[in-house]
Amino acid sequence: MNLHELTIQKALKLLKEKEISSTDLTRAVLDRIDAVEERVGAYITIAGETAMEQAMLADRAISTGNISPLTGIPLAIKDLICTEGLRTTCASRILENFVPPYDAFVIKKLKKAGAVIVGKANMDEFAMGSSTENSSIKITRNPWDLNRIPGGSSGGSAAAVAADMCLGSLGSDTGGSIRQPASLCGIVGMKPTYGRVSRFGLVAFASSLDQIGPMTKDVTDCAVLMNVISGFDPKDSTSVPEDVSDYTSFLKNGLSEITVGIPKEYNAAEGLNPEVADAVKDAVRVMEDLGAKCIEVSLPHTEYAVAAYYVIAPSEASSNLARYDGVKYGFRDKEKKSLIEMYRSTRSNGFGPEVQRRIILGTYCLSAGYYDAYYRKASRVRTLIMQDFDNAFKKCDVILSPTTPTTAFRIGEKKDDPLAMYLSDIFTLSANLAGIPGMSIPCGFSSAGLPIGLQIMGKHFDEGMLLKVAYNFEQATNFHKQKASI
Amino acid sequence: MEFEPVIGLEIHAQLKTNTKIFCGCSTSFGAPPNTHTCPVCLGMPGVLPVLNKKVVEYTIRMAIATNCKVERRSRWARKNYFYPDLPKGYQISQYELPVAQFGYIDIETDGSRKRIGITRIHMEEDAGKLTHDPDRPFSMVDFNRTGVPLIEIVSEPDIRSPEEAGAYLRQLHSIVRYIGISDGNMEEGSFRCDANISIRPKGAERLGTRSELKNLNSFKHVEKALYYEINRQKEIIIDGGRVVQETRLWNPDKNITTSMRSKEEAHDYRYFPDPDLLPLVVDNEWIDALKKTLPELPDRKKNRFISEFNLPSSDAEIMSSSRELADYFEECIKEFPKPKQVSNWIMGELLGLLNAEGKTIDRSPISSSNLARLLKLIDKGIISGKIAKTVFEDMANTGRHPEEIVEKKGLVQVTDVSAIEEVVSQILADNLKEVEGYRKGKKKLIGFFVGQVMKETKGKANPKIVNEILKDKLAE
Repeated sequence: MNLHELTIQKALKLLKEKEISSTDLTRAVLDRIDAVEERVGAYITIAGETAMEQAMLADRAISTGNISPLTGIPLAIKDLICTEGLRTTCASRILENFVPPYDAFVIKKLKKAGAVIVGKANMDEFAMGSSTENSSIKITRNPWDLNRIPGGSSGGSAAAVAADMCLGSLGSDTGGSIRQPASLCGIVGMKPTYGRVSRFGLVAFASSLDQIGPMTKDVTDCAVLMNVISGFDPKDSTSVPEDVSDYTSFLKNGLSEITVGIPKEYNAAEGLNPEVADAVKDAVRVMEDLGAKCIEVSLPHTEYAVAAYYVIAPSEASSNLARYDGVKYGFRDKEKKSLIEMYRSTRSNGFGPEVQRRIILGTYCLSAGYYDAYYRKASRVRTLIMQDFDNAFKKCDVILSPTTPTTAFRIGEKKDDPLAMYLSDIFTLSANLAGIPGMSIPCGFSSAGLPIGLQIMGKHFDEGMLLKVAYNFEQATNFHKQKASI
Repeated sequence: MEFEPVIGLEIHAQLKTNTKIFCGCSTSFGAPPNTHTCPVCLGMPGVLPVLNKKVVEYTIRMAIATNCKVERRSRWARKNYFYPDLPKGYQISQYELPVAQFGYIDIETDGSRKRIGITRIHMEEDAGKLTHDPDRPFSMVDFNRTGVPLIEIVSEPDIRSPEEAGAYLRQLHSIVRYIGISDGNMEEGSFRCDANISIRPKGAERLGTRSELKNLNSFKHVEKALYYEINRQKEIIIDGGRVVQETRLWNPDKNITTSMRSKEEAHDYRYFPDPDLLPLVVDNEWIDALKKTLPELPDRKKNRFISEFNLPSSDAEIMSSSRELADYFEECIKEFPKPKQVSNWIMGELLGLLNAEGKTIDRSPISSSNLARLLKLIDKGIISGKIAKTVFEDMANTGRHPEEIVEKKGLVQVTDVSAIEEVVSQILADNLKEVEGYRKGKKKLIGFFVGQVMKETKGKANPKIVNEILKDKLAE
């Protein structure tokens, strides 16, 4: 038995039964990281020593019968979720040496649940990107084909799960940053409802869109992690004081009562790869075989989603990233003598090109004289997109679509074409604009052997329904069991 | 040509909540630099603001006190600009939908009343403080003030003279202190004022080009700066020039304003709704509950002092100028119900004493009850008004009751007619020349005799009795 290949659920069972120890499990994961990190490049920081300490504490807890929901489970954390005493870089030069003096809400929850944090995963700088190529630290490769990108921005978190370099991970999703890399790496990823998981300690990219979520080897693990990280946090005014159900209770067979909506507009999406389209069609057929009723729904404002998103997200980012000015923490160009020169040089050298592009874009959209034409108009489009979903969900329980229009592309392929890169988020970013939950599960492979993902979107706070549909699909298929051979 | 100034004021008042607006740090003034800070007010990565409910409560109190409409739904906005004292690179404020609008207060100048409109009141966070090392090329930043709650009160351009501006400012200052939301300390910067001012030919409809004045750190400077600016703009126009729209800085040492930045150099703050905070919802119940907790406001109190106690307007104005003084006044009246005498003594003796010692009424060495007792002694004729002034001084120095001082020092007024007659007879016998003069018609000499008798009795003789006896004896 290769311990690092275990799912969270199986490992928990073995730990509980004292078949294995967390130290063995954590060491196995660290050994696996040692073996493949050079090729995959999933981690920015590997916290081997503290991970082993946490594992020993977990073992002690298990021996005293003091078992929490994640006791002893080695996880990876996207490197823009603050971890007390553990460097949190956002894959940016400007925070290269930033060590937070506090834990994010989700990290507190994970620690309380007994989890072991093995390291901080690579990502696009400040979560801006769809390939993890925008990391200023390193390149992450897709475990299914090392010449290809893992997706992004949570590319490190996805690759680490796909390559068994952790049992599960946390990512963050602003426009698809959990679902898209999950799809491209053949794993499960969920973006919860906006407000379901506290953003406290998540370094902000676009505050009204950002949400932390789990990335796992299967649907059950997704539910297990959701149980731990969800819930109200008084430190996040946008987190919702609503009860959290036990998400594992939705992992039951039977889709007969369920109506699945297929948005007609998504078929017409530009650049949708036929292999991806076919895999999704097959997935819909599987759902029907499982008893679900499938209908066509309409999301008429879909074509404006990318434009609205690329106004709102950069606008918020331009403000969120203003604090990295070299004054208080992080990188500062000490050579420059005047304040303005210091600001300019610090930010020009501290941020990578994509981050600078978005800051400039956002600054422009918020400027006097342009605000109405861009930010205000985009906000109105956002309202229309929310209404689209509200209307569609009157007729169905979940909406199915491809997660991404294509499978993983080659490293460097779209690096100089930001618009093509932005279009790869076309199916995912509507969920962020509408604040609804969305997840991606494996639903097939291309002829080149690359994973294809199925996106399931649902009503606000209806994560249980997504998990139920995903679980039934997973039970009926074998895609999630396939491993990248690395 | 006669000109008319058009003035609007923007006032920032620091709210005296215990903790900051979006975190739990202390707001107290004067702590060592950067000791009242946390990741939230330092703008560390990933932190989020959580609104302090007390800030909203204080702001609503102010809104009610200034007759504003409290908006049931308002919104937080980010004001973006780079400066080292602003850790997030933006200030959380309110922009498109402020918490209160459409208010007014009434002011009085030269006995005539006028209503000044209040455009809006909104909440925001204060910035930190920079200090520059004079010897080295370093600047230091203190984030203790970062996140201290502020309200900004923006007036309509209804003000037409520096005096009106002063009256408006003093009235607002008095209100914030009355309702207990700000200490209003201008020196410590907890009450700040910017002014927008333009001039136009009298009778004209169109507004002139305005300048914005900053650094007006006392009531006196506000009026002085406005006077200076009115004259400066007048001269430009008379010389055929054009006033340019700009921000100007008041220099209190030179008594002039100087250009700080032009309209072209003005910041584009790129306001947008703060996605980290939900829209602020205020319900009617809360507003009604806060209405009930509001004290009587200065304007209303002044009018009551006039109608209930028959005070002259000027006395009522002073007695109601602060809640503490008004309370002192009313406590005195409870024990000694002759309001005009009380206000005379407060305005004459007590405020003089407090001014000289740089104290406020709540630190008065003489309690309201002791002052009332002193006035009773005068009223009952136990001491004269003149003696009372020395007793007052003694009270201020020792804090003792007036009766105790009067008794110990033997200051009780002599009202014994035979004792006074005896002294009068002696004085008249010693000053025969003056007696003769008086009797020949030099009636003014009465003052001389009174003075001699008082001197002899060390001021304790009842002056009324002395006068009567003197007149009787001199008429003999």
